[in-house]
Amino acid sequence: MVHVIIYILILFMLLAALIALEAKNLLSSVVSIGAVGFMLSVVFLLLRAPDIAIIQVIIEILTLVILIRATIAVDVHLVKNIRQFFPFAICMVLLLLLFMFASKAMDLLPEFGNYLSKVAPHYLANGLKETGSANIVTSVILDYRAYDTLGEATVLFTAILGAVVLLRRKAKND
Amino acid sequence: MTNNKSGLSEIVKSVCCWIEGFIFLFGCYIVLFGHLTPGGGFAGGVIMAASFILIMLSFGKERTDKLFPRTRTTLVESFGALLFIAVAWLGIYYGGGFFANFLHQKFGGTPFTFLSGGTIPISNVAIALKVMAGLFLVFYVLSTHKVILDEDISKTEKDK
Repeated sequence: MVHVIIYILILFMLLAALIALEAKNLLSSVVSIGAVGFMLSVVFLLLRAPDIAIIQVIIEILTLVILIRATIAVDVHLVKNIRQFFPFAICMVLLLLLFMFASKAMDLLPEFGNYLSKVAPHYLANGLKETGSANIVTSVILDYRAYDTLGEATVLFTAILGAVVLLRRKAKND
Repeated sequence: MTNNKSGLSEIVKSVCCWIEGFIFLFGCYIVLFGHLTPGGGFAGGVIMAASFILIMLSFGKERTDKLFPRTRTTLVESFGALLFIAVAWLGIYYGGGFFANFLHQKFGGTPFTFLSGGTIPISNVAIALKVMAGLFLVFYVLSTHKVILDEDISKTEKDK
């Protein structure tokens, strides 16, 4: 039952991505990108990953606000060049392939509670005792695999630094 | 509330006055209870940043310039990053390894309570401060930055 719902959601996500490509108005394509993100968060929730679902919803809201603000501020709304038939057909074929791969990957996912990696049973058995964190995801992120979190924080820091430096108002020597 | 010139309409402003505190409080809850319930530093930090962005969208840039000038925002972001690394370094001296959970090793604490996490809530708060200040700074920079066309430059030069 859950798998059928996820198949339908994946199909709708692909449709929304196609609409985002083909829409003539920039604002409507931004809205359909938002639809893709929200359906992805529902998929995460159905796959029993609430941590990722929360992050997906929040980040989607933030990026939608930034994108809508960016598209409203720009005067050019309409895309004048209408797409031709041949690129559209290639796009449809690639989307169909993507859907087939996604549904195949859904079938190959391990059942809830079964694991593929060898360290997973150790985390599940000793995570609460060794780190004191009831949420196993947090205990992995901030204790067992904290190096990854440090790297992620560094990447975010560098990205923000780049945005602030490149978009500052006045050049210093000007 | 008395300044009607900047920002959106009066209805939007009064609704935001009611809502923004609750959004910020929800972000704090997500951060502080990240080791007990789903969530964590990143998600909570983004929610807190969204509450500030709500203030900025509804009340205009001047309100957030008073609350969070750029220097204070960059200070908060750098403080978050330094706190995260400081927790990791303290793990070397007191716990025997980089990112060792030394507080939990020493004091323990009953599971499923707030104080059971050791250094994990501190790391969550550090990441939340960093993400909150950083994403708000990115939104501030992206929304106040404007594309200047050549015609505008020539106009302003003529005016001078």
